[in-house]
Amino acid sequence: MQVYDKLKALTRFASREALYRQVVTPEVEAQIARMPKPVGSFGYDAWGYNENAARLGLGVVKLLYEKYFRVTAHGVENIPTHGPVLVIANHSGQLPMDGVLIGGAMAMNPHGPRAPRSMVERFFPTVPWLGNVLTGIGAVIGDPLNCIKMLEQGEAIIVFPEGVRGSGKLYRHRYQLQRFGNGFMHMAMQTGATIVPVGVVGCEETMPSFANIAPLARLLGLPYVPFGPLLPLPAKVYLNFGEAMCFDRTARSEEEVTARVELVKDKIRALIERGLAERKSVF
Amino acid sequence: MSEKKKTVLVTGAAGSLAKRVIARLHGRYNVIAVDFRRKVETDADIPSYKVEIHKRGFEDVFRKHRIDAVLHIGRIFPHEHDRTRRYNANVLGSKKLFELCRKYGVGQVLVHSTYFVYGASAYNPALLDEDSPLKASEVTQDLVDSVELENLAQIYLWKAPELNITILRPCNVLGPGVRNTMSLLLSRRVVPVLVGFSPIMQFLHVDDMADALVLAFERNRPGVYNVAPDDYVTYQVAVEQCGCRKLSVPSIPPLLPKLISGALNWNSFFPPYLINYFKYPVIIDGRRFGETFGWKPKRNLNDIFSYYRKHKLLSA
Repeated sequence: MQVYDKLKALTRFASREALYRQVVTPEVEAQIARMPKPVGSFGYDAWGYNENAARLGLGVVKLLYEKYFRVTAHGVENIPTHGPVLVIANHSGQLPMDGVLIGGAMAMNPHGPRAPRSMVERFFPTVPWLGNVLTGIGAVIGDPLNCIKMLEQGEAIIVFPEGVRGSGKLYRHRYQLQRFGNGFMHMAMQTGATIVPVGVVGCEETMPSFANIAPLARLLGLPYVPFGPLLPLPAKVYLNFGEAMCFDRTARSEEEVTARVELVKDKIRALIERGLAERKSVF
Repeated sequence: MSEKKKTVLVTGAAGSLAKRVIARLHGRYNVIAVDFRRKVETDADIPSYKVEIHKRGFEDVFRKHRIDAVLHIGRIFPHEHDRTRRYNANVLGSKKLFELCRKYGVGQVLVHSTYFVYGASAYNPALLDEDSPLKASEVTQDLVDSVELENLAQIYLWKAPELNITILRPCNVLGPGVRNTMSLLLSRRVVPVLVGFSPIMQFLHVDDMADALVLAFERNRPGVYNVAPDDYVTYQVAVEQCGCRKLSVPSIPPLLPKLISGALNWNSFFPPYLINYFKYPVIIDGRRFGETFGWKPKRNLNDIFSYYRKHKLLSA
């Protein structure tokens, strides 16, 4: 009888609609509805963000966020509820799970959800399906023009100034910040966007890479191919959002801009330290 | 009105867009209709000529009439003729047109271009503005004439400021009677889509485009402008909305859809050289035109798609 009940429970999942309802709960729908995100008559924006895709995406991310990575997020009240924002974080873990989880924290922020946008590698749009899926949930290719136009329209964008230097680094370099690009600072200054620094702890352990298989990466045209687990491990993730920072346009030289980038980097370093101190165990 | 009526020459007069423009100008201006395809049937007071603009006979139109403005809408579409003929008509013909305009003291020229000139590439940022590079000739040889026509018009924009050249780059223009590639495509019952790709697109109703052309002519603010609404939809959703059935075409390797299109002779509606436009988005920023001319499209996406839907129901 018990087996019969189990089977019956399974058939409930057989229907796509039922499965969709399991993932996209009314709570998720309410969060999307609360986001201050203008879209056109078919629910799309100029970059291809789509409300239906965002609903499904947030449903899946919510499961990962709460059940798999069991994220603890502090300081989400520091994310402005509207207006242009650049969320700047350390990058780690081979796959951009850190971006997904920061996006989850922004979209589920009880103080005012934001539709998270992120800049992705330029080859993604050339991959069938994947490109469409990423575009639908709010990713755009990492072009400075995209970033500036989005900030002008008051979007909230997640940026990893380390880029692949950060995500592709080996496990033995964990929690060591790599060189930050200056691009995000120029854009914040140009558009008057607020910068929110984030320290991510735990993503380094989701996919520890012990070596980079460089010849294979070259062959596939990828930035790196990690030697390590094939799927992210369920490490516990801590996100520490720091206080919002604003920079005016007074920086006269690239040197001064770099000094400002270092300020943000120091903040992130301190936030990582806080997360590491808070963490009791990796898993 | 103390001033005498202006005389306006409209090229491509047999086309759906030009017909609408002529209807809007008729009465307030002396309109002259020109087309290379046929002598267009017009109202009694509109002189109409069948003439190819890159041929000598074209000058006679300028000799016969004192022309004040030219609305250069006519273009040979890639599916209408071979590459050389198209180049001659579109690029050399336009050059000839600009020269004649200088010779006969025409005070204003409007050039109808296309968003295709930006080129479809995976690296395109969204909301391309008028200063973005024109990369279409990188994508395909078949769009070289579009880009060269643009460059030519831009050269004359600086070289001959007295011509007051305005270049309009509209997104996909759709609607009753429109015979461009996208319109022919969405009029079909079965429409090819690339597996795994559905780029975001912009669509404009042909009546809104006609309004935009007339507005740009009457306000006369020379320059380059994108013309597009700030509403967006993906290609595959547009296909569904137009009541078409999707025919999935394999998308990788990238050469395959081009080969299929070529082999099945889909030149008029899904040509090999436009495959990239069904793969990667080319989203243009129409704000400059809207702000300069106080223009906003009056018809929404649903108005545009419903024509194609109804058309299919009626012919079923």
